[in-house]
Amino acid sequence: MHKENKQTILKTHNLSIGYQTKKDKTVIASNINIELHSGELIGLVGANGIGKSTLLRTLTNVQPALNGSVLINNKPLEQYNNLELAKALSLVLTESIVSKNLSVFELVALGRQPYTNWVGNLTETDISIVNKALTETNLNDIKLKKCYELSDGQLQKVMIARALAQDTNLIILDEPTTHLDMYHKAYILRLLQKLAKYTNKTILFSSHEIDLAIQLCDKLIVMTENTVVSDTPQKLIERDTFETLFPKDFITFDKTTNSFKIIQ
Amino acid sequence: MNISLGSVSIPFKDIFNSIIGSPIEKEYWQDIILDLRLPKAFTAILVGSGLGISGLLMQTLFRNPLAGPFVLGISSGASLGVALVIMGSSFFGSTMAILLASKWSLVIASSLGSFLVLLAVILVSSKVRDTMAILIIGLMFASITAAIVSVLSYFASAEQLQQYIFWGFGSLGSLSWDELLVLFSICLLGVILSIASIKALNTLLLGENYAKSLGLNIKQSRLLIIIATSLLAGTITAFAGPIAFIGLAIPHITRQVFNTSNHKVLIPAVILFGAIVLLICDSIAQLPTSDYTLPINAITSIIGAPVVIWLLVRKRKMVF
Repeated sequence: MHKENKQTILKTHNLSIGYQTKKDKTVIASNINIELHSGELIGLVGANGIGKSTLLRTLTNVQPALNGSVLINNKPLEQYNNLELAKALSLVLTESIVSKNLSVFELVALGRQPYTNWVGNLTETDISIVNKALTETNLNDIKLKKCYELSDGQLQKVMIARALAQDTNLIILDEPTTHLDMYHKAYILRLLQKLAKYTNKTILFSSHEIDLAIQLCDKLIVMTENTVVSDTPQKLIERDTFETLFPKDFITFDKTTNSFKIIQ
Repeated sequence: MNISLGSVSIPFKDIFNSIIGSPIEKEYWQDIILDLRLPKAFTAILVGSGLGISGLLMQTLFRNPLAGPFVLGISSGASLGVALVIMGSSFFGSTMAILLASKWSLVIASSLGSFLVLLAVILVSSKVRDTMAILIIGLMFASITAAIVSVLSYFASAEQLQQYIFWGFGSLGSLSWDELLVLFSICLLGVILSIASIKALNTLLLGENYAKSLGLNIKQSRLLIIIATSLLAGTITAFAGPIAFIGLAIPHITRQVFNTSNHKVLIPAVILFGAIVLLICDSIAQLPTSDYTLPINAITSIIGAPVVIWLLVRKRKMVF
């Protein structure tokens, strides 16, 4: 739609993440400097237990940063109150929703909660934004179905539509492709790519689908034991960053196919 | 209809006449209607809707279809408060006993008891993430209070014990118009708080993390929902005794019938269904044409449980 010059939506400066208890401090990663712009699709990859979730939890203000700063729309994260943050950042989480007795429309409409009045009534504007989100995710045919009737792939699309309806510059998804078959993994990531491009939103997701992420993302954030680097997939391949991603005993990154291969 | 039934049956026409003040066939019917039957019908309406609402609030807040005022120990808290007042009064001497045994002290003790137990359950459950653990914690608090009540009963006089047991049967009939007014005001406050929580309740259908990401102030909403529940369940239990089952069953019946989880629909529907179901239960408890009145508590379960089972079997799916 609008092709304006790219704005910085999310920026971290010397960010350290980890857990702090009264006694000691566990640093999981430090010196994280990333900058995400509008209209970008960004994949966050790394081995299990490397701290992807911790990074996402820190970026979304679920847990505090140990050091450094996170800026969303050029404003420090800690200066946001709950409601302001809800208008700047929407989430798709791994946990399943509590009540599947909501219709698709009702669930997507819950994305309008930060904007609705005390009892949650939808205005005409709200309804048109919800319908737009449903159209963008191809859900119009099933919008009156109940969530318990949906497949995992459809439900994931509904959760993405809900995040769209929240009308934020930034959408963060935590492993949106788990539980999905190969086709639907590709489908969901393709959808995210299109949404980033056409709605000019910044979409950040964590994933283990490195092959797909290399093909679809504008930028990747790669977390390894020692560093967190972010760049375009092509540059990361040139710099052999993916080689450092996993221990090298079974698998290796094959530059000709841009995918991991088992060492025979 | 509820008003017409009882040990003395009174025709509908005369009920209507007596309410609007017209002369009716037999003079004493007027007293029965205005001082006994009418307050009882109003009590049934308030108790049914109030317990239904508090059950609904708890089920949504705890994300558990088994939750209800009883499961989480609210009513056991209330019974502890009442037991302390009725049976513990022997420890305080006779002047205190008269002061304490008044209806109002029962109300206050019951509300206080239910609020404290619910608060304890919430505090402890904020330390655990597992929903089942919360239910078990609620059950544990219920056993603790039950144990304290047993200890109190052991030392209580037969008369005190009987008074306590009668309170435990539940009763819709003993309220005067003054007491009814108080019950009504507190229930109204509870319902207003529940209506104010509609948006929060709907957001909580997504789970707490999503609710937080939608800008909901979880702590504040949770407190509001707890206060509404303890006002409703605590006060009702204080005035009418621990009425079983309604709080658990009415929200389920309503969800099955309306097939929605939207609290904008559920809250008014639960109020309506709660009132209707308890009026029916009360009519049955009167054992029309006989001189006996059964404990309301037994009837709610005897009628309610098969209805919930029937709904679940018919729809083959639990709606939550």
